[in-house]
Amino acid sequence: MTLLAVERIKLFTTRSPWWCTLIALVLTIGFGALMAGTSEENIAPLTIAATQFGYTFGLVVVMVMAALAITTEYRFSTIRATFLAVPNRPTALIAKATVVAVLAAIVGEIAAFGSWGIARLMKPNVDLAINTAYEWRAVAGVGLVYGISAVVAVAVGVLLRHSAGAIAVLLIWNQLVEPLVQLIPKVGDDIHKWLPFNVANKLITGNPDPSTRDVLQGPPPSDAVLGPWPALAAFAGFAVVLFGIALVVANRRDA
Amino acid sequence: MTTLLATERIKLFTTRSPWWSAFLALGLTIGFAGLVALNHNGGPLRVEHSQFGIQFGLMVVTVMAALAITTEYRFATIRATFQAVPNRTSALLAKTTVVAVLAAVIGEVAAFGSWATVKVIDGGGPELAITTGADWRMVAGAGLVFGIAAVIAVAVGTLVRQSAGAISILLIWPLLVENLVQLIPGAGDDIHNWMPFTVAGRFLNGPGPDAPLSAWGSLFYFAAVAAVLLLAAITAVNKRDA
Amino acid sequence: MIEAVGLTKSYGKTLAVDNLSFSVPTGRVTGFLGPNGAGKSTTMRMILGLDTPTGGSALIDGKRYRDLHQPLRTVGALLDAKWVHPNRSARAHLQWLARSNQLPAKRVDEVLEIVGLTAVANKRAGGFSLGMSQRLGIAAALLGDPQVLLFDEPVNGLDPEGILWIRKFMHRLAEEGRTVFVSSHLLSEMALTAQELVVIGRGKLISQSSTEDFVAQATENTVRVRGPQLAALRSALGQAGVSIRDEGESLVVSGMDCADIGELAARTQTVLHELSPQRGSLEEAFMQLTGDSVEYHTEIADGPTPATLVPAGK
Ligand SMILES: Nc1ncnc2c1ncn2[C@@H]1O[C@H](COP(=O)(O)OP(=O)(O)O)[C@@H](O)[C@H]1O
Ligand SMILES: [Mg+2]
Repeated sequence: MTLLAVERIKLFTTRSPWWCTLIALVLTIGFGALMAGTSEENIAPLTIAATQFGYTFGLVVVMVMAALAITTEYRFSTIRATFLAVPNRPTALIAKATVVAVLAAIVGEIAAFGSWGIARLMKPNVDLAINTAYEWRAVAGVGLVYGISAVVAVAVGVLLRHSAGAIAVLLIWNQLVEPLVQLIPKVGDDIHKWLPFNVANKLITGNPDPSTRDVLQGPPPSDAVLGPWPALAAFAGFAVVLFGIALVVANRRDA
Repeated sequence: MTTLLATERIKLFTTRSPWWSAFLALGLTIGFAGLVALNHNGGPLRVEHSQFGIQFGLMVVTVMAALAITTEYRFATIRATFQAVPNRTSALLAKTTVVAVLAAVIGEVAAFGSWATVKVIDGGGPELAITTGADWRMVAGAGLVFGIAAVIAVAVGTLVRQSAGAISILLIWPLLVENLVQLIPGAGDDIHNWMPFTVAGRFLNGPGPDAPLSAWGSLFYFAAVAAVLLLAAITAVNKRDA
Repeated sequence: MIEAVGLTKSYGKTLAVDNLSFSVPTGRVTGFLGPNGAGKSTTMRMILGLDTPTGGSALIDGKRYRDLHQPLRTVGALLDAKWVHPNRSARAHLQWLARSNQLPAKRVDEVLEIVGLTAVANKRAGGFSLGMSQRLGIAAALLGDPQVLLFDEPVNGLDPEGILWIRKFMHRLAEEGRTVFVSSHLLSEMALTAQELVVIGRGKLISQSSTEDFVAQATENTVRVRGPQLAALRSALGQAGVSIRDEGESLVVSGMDCADIGELAARTQTVLHELSPQRGSLEEAFMQLTGDSVEYHTEIADGPTPATLVPAGK
């Protein structure tokens, strides 16, 4: 508990988390507003899913924030001060990942409900009530995906210890490698079904009730074969494994 | 100017970043081409199949180009630079040129390397031969796009002065922003049509019937965007304290 | 010759340098003295054209730094030893600098030799100790064989050997007829290194004079008097209107010299065991001078100009 408080203080006494939070919320909610404002009944109807189109904006920004939370410690050598204060390195890093993940999850929830809320305000006539399980996942699920993605980002940050490298790997993986893999003939689609961020996306876009919306009127649906909740579990498993590797490496390395 | 170019060349090649970025850009691009060729069946392989992975190289080179200037700010060597070369415009132009040339070379090697890899693995029918103007643009054009993208990256790096910020912008913009704007009902497609990296892609892959610009017009537009950003960067650098 | 005229720099609300005018003469080591945060580094950055002054100007041999052709041939500077890419070797760092001002490549080896870094020339600069980084910075400053040299707190964090080396080095450079401008926040260090002193506090000029004059003026002269019965002498001194302080068994008198106190002791028939002149601590005096320099200046605002507060030397 003390450690969580320590990491919370560390996180909020630097500027980058504030900036990243602000940017994530502005981009995501702003995009939600844009979608709501430009929607039209018969061409592009506003749906709950459509309010969440911008969730990847927040996702990448939150991952940048999470990676920076650890790489800046290496850059300014405060990681040494951290390990002097808390010689048990796994504990220290778990505390950090927890705090960052919680912040990311909160940002995700605010972004998601903010996007949804602003759409409701702008188009009061459209029925945007959250009723079905799918609709709940499409909105509330965003925070879960952000939180787990933050753990992935912290793990990559610990492994690479370098802001530029960690950010490049995370963004290029998330935004380029996963979609491009589909271009590989024969095996590409099968590989893509199991790539972590595509799997995570299943929670938010999977199993839509066809009576409520057209599949394409929301973030591109995931082609993962798992159901939404098993998909989230698989994504969490991936994060835990990656983070475990990071812990082992951090424990072995000189600080 | 040749002196300044030589200076910037020494600076670039006495750090490790151009080496690992060249290695990564070529490895990812050519490796991806290899994967495509190895798994291919049904229908002959065409030139475009060999260039599926070119965007990997482009993103890596963009990161490299941004780091070339942001690390100068991070380690304050920008001050040593401006101490040696008080004419900041020339100093920045020289750096941009050197980085852009390196990026262009990496682009050419990546594109032709990918093509050659596919050809070696697959044997290569007539569809894989680089014959038409469109074929040449698709392969040889990569160097031009890489070089101009590097100019954009140096400009953004100069404006932001910070690796994490510059890289995030440079990756999120082409990979995410340019794609997501399409979703905006109504205006989305029109905005998308003028997004710089989208337009650059039309130079490589052909403009298609609905594109507002011809292939070379697209490249020119991309270059104009780079020029405007570079101008903004030069203005900022002259105004700011080093 | 470096000349600052009305140099002013504000960062938002912070006034880092405030209407600062001084000149640095040729062929001497001029110390630039002021407590931390006084504005020394900011002034040096403005002299080098790195920061743009909010007002006033700094000229080197009559020219702005930005107007110098191949400036490293005119001015060499070491502002911060850490301004080096950590993954670049010492030699590579000097190579690109040399190339930028069209200096011969062999000059790189010469300056490496001068500062004694030849053996580690191909090692990453990031792995250097502070002393080695400092030497690399000096090598960079010497590259163009410049007539004017600027050093910002060059001895900060160095071991005694390094400090001695730098001090001798400065003297040698001045003996070669160069203009050396070196900053420090330690008066004791400057007293040993510099012949001239420009003293600032909170961005404002406090004095410009020879080091000797400054030290003489800044240090309080006192006399220590010790003896078995000092009561009579004490009252006589009291009548003479000088200030007296008790320090254990002895009195510390300020405002009267040894000769006069001796006469007074003879007249009051006091046995003295000690009568010795004392020099006050340089640092104490310096702190008094600069510590509340703002107050100091409001006091003299309508009086003499700062430069005459401490009489100009020579
Ligand atoms: N780039 C800057 N931005 C804002 N404030 C600055 C900057 N550089 C210096 N300062 C402020 O100006 C004052 C003088 O700083 P400096 O020149 O570094 O002093 P010195 O070198 O004498 O210790 C300080 O109050 C410092 O905080
Ligand atoms: Mg300073």
